[in-house]
Amino acid sequence: MSVATQLNEESPEKLLSPVLSAFWDEPDSWTLETYLRHDGYQGMRKALEMPPDDVIAYVKDSGLRGRGGAGFPTGMKWQFIPQGDGKPHYLVVNADESEPGTCKDIPLLFANPHSLIEGMVIACHAIRSHHAFIYLRGEVVPVLRRLHHAVAEAYRAGYLGKDIAGSGFDLDITVHAGAGAYICGEETALLDSLEGRRGQPRLRPPFPAVAGLYACPTVVNNVESIASVPAILNRGKEWFRSMGSDKSPGFTLYSLSGHVTSPGQYEAPLGITLRQLLDVSGGMRPGHRLKFWTPGGSSTPMFTDEHLDVPLDYEGVGAAGSMLGTKALQCFDETTCVVRAVTRWTEFYAHESCGKCTPCREGTYWLVQLLRDIEAGKGRMADLDKLADIADNINGKSFCALGDGAASPIFSSLKYFRDEYEEHVTGGGCPFDPALSTAWGGASHLEVNA
Amino acid sequence: MTNTPEQGAVGLGMPEMPAPEYPADVRARLEADAAEVIGRYPDSRSALLPLLHLVQAEEGHVTRTGMRFCADLLGLTTAEVIAVATFYTMYRRKPSGDYQVGVCTNTLCAVMGGDAIFEALQQHLGIGNDETTEDGKVTLEHIECNAACDFAPVVMVNWEFFDNQTPETAKRLVDDLRAGLTVKPSRGAPLCTYRETARVLAGFPDPRAGAVEAGGGAGHASLAGLRLAKGETVPGSPGRIVSPRSSGYPSDEPPPGHPSSHDAPHATSASDPDHPAGPVTDGTEEGE
Repeated sequence: MSVATQLNEESPEKLLSPVLSAFWDEPDSWTLETYLRHDGYQGMRKALEMPPDDVIAYVKDSGLRGRGGAGFPTGMKWQFIPQGDGKPHYLVVNADESEPGTCKDIPLLFANPHSLIEGMVIACHAIRSHHAFIYLRGEVVPVLRRLHHAVAEAYRAGYLGKDIAGSGFDLDITVHAGAGAYICGEETALLDSLEGRRGQPRLRPPFPAVAGLYACPTVVNNVESIASVPAILNRGKEWFRSMGSDKSPGFTLYSLSGHVTSPGQYEAPLGITLRQLLDVSGGMRPGHRLKFWTPGGSSTPMFTDEHLDVPLDYEGVGAAGSMLGTKALQCFDETTCVVRAVTRWTEFYAHESCGKCTPCREGTYWLVQLLRDIEAGKGRMADLDKLADIADNINGKSFCALGDGAASPIFSSLKYFRDEYEEHVTGGGCPFDPALSTAWGGASHLEVNA
Repeated sequence: MTNTPEQGAVGLGMPEMPAPEYPADVRARLEADAAEVIGRYPDSRSALLPLLHLVQAEEGHVTRTGMRFCADLLGLTTAEVIAVATFYTMYRRKPSGDYQVGVCTNTLCAVMGGDAIFEALQQHLGIGNDETTEDGKVTLEHIECNAACDFAPVVMVNWEFFDNQTPETAKRLVDDLRAGLTVKPSRGAPLCTYRETARVLAGFPDPRAGAVEAGGGAGHASLAGLRLAKGETVPGSPGRIVSPRSSGYPSDEPPPGHPSSHDAPHATSASDPDHPAGPVTDGTEEGE
């Protein structure tokens, strides 16, 4: 079926709900001045007047869940921090956005960094932390400039430093640039990296809430999770719960990319479907139809055009056999070879495997060897079962979720597109022309056929 | 580490002599910078990643001298520093070009044209992956997902974004870099050298006036949903914005007046009716 041909019956104004992205189109959207004109630091003022435990309870009641992939309730994560233990507490913001397909935190920090800083003040007040860190992946220098600038602006305005806004609360923020390692998005690897070590995941327990940064109680939250907190405090948990579903309330950023007419960021209530998003945004590129897509980055099992009506919230995507992940909706049309796509993702996992545990280190290596052979037409039928077998030996048996992520594209592509793998084996190679799937190839292809 | 064995000979594992130190004046200057970096953290070892960026800013890659400097300052062994420096891909271990051109070849960008761009650049420059042109200007490599999939295919130069590239725009980009022209990315500040970029990564603000403001606000794709939500429409397509992929994109012709920044979108597509994302209907953008 062709999504592009469907009529646009639902208006985008009703379907979408820009909050974090509401003023990204203003000139100088990243400045404190612009932020203050849009209720900036109002949520922080309300929070600082509340006892810390009440802030935790409020965020818990709002139902906010982690936007970094796992969907763990944010308020509950804060609640796990032991109080009165005499140790320093830390908040570490995970801005290491590197999951293939994921591209929400980087534009958010580029256009609206103060929403994160305000959220961090609120979170640190709640968990009684006086030093917080932003761990930004290093490969995004323009975003790093804006973060440095925004933190300096906040210090000058008295929103960071000593006695914030006259509340008696002190907070320092350190902006830290990583150095290129996908694994550092895993929270315990991130903590090791922030301590100046190789970014390799830690055995858990103890969890970071008990022994995190410098073995002190630590909360690690995703950028979008923390940036969503000020609006909840300012506009109320009821307002937040009026969007989305009971178990997945609120708004979130969906990132549409690939063979679609209008790739980009779409902020909407949780539970919107890909069909709705494509309908309002112009659908797949003209003359093509959706073949497969990821609901939340390459580590979430892929979907096909059968799943266009799956509600994109934590429960809906889970029930359909995948994960909401980072809401990175990478859409591929019928010109794309699924074996090529999965091979490339698998090469990524092999490259990024930190080497600490054997199933992931060895398994991803062998998956790449098999997949390259299959893609080149040198594979055998038995290799398809071997692929599944190796993926099974990685999934759930490795140290951290990177291994599970590596297995996801293998399992899901074999489930939906086994025929295509077999075609590579029996046909002696790839039947697809990669030129047709490029951003410019599809259009010229159309012209030829027009 | 061992002495380099003679051609064909077997190394006997003789330990290498300690790396030479920086000259006294360089060391004094770097120590002052390093003290500032270390002061940001409750535990000095946390400063190791920024310090490796700092020594990379000094020499263009992480040298044995640079690693020894980090070890000295943080009370670590050189082995501990080498273990970290070799784990992260952003630390270069050999002399490289002033401009690091990274073509995203992770699945989405590769499919959308990243593979074709990488292939075209290799042929155009006559170098392979992780190799540098003879003039020392450009180092070419393929990179992993850089969180800009809605602008695919993406090329990064010194970790600045060049969005919606084609083989033609990418070839002109590297030509301009080699010709010494000022090149502006799609989003972010005019390019500086790799060493200057590394200093920003070490946590020192970009000293150039206007560097933070450069490139304007969110890119056109970042605004796609917001524009729809504000009811922006285009004639003949009610409720829909114009596709970045339609209106003749990609163009082989650089926009007039921008000889060296052919691929740099303007502040917003609304300000440039020729931009692939525009035009949008007048007057609605700030209307709500």
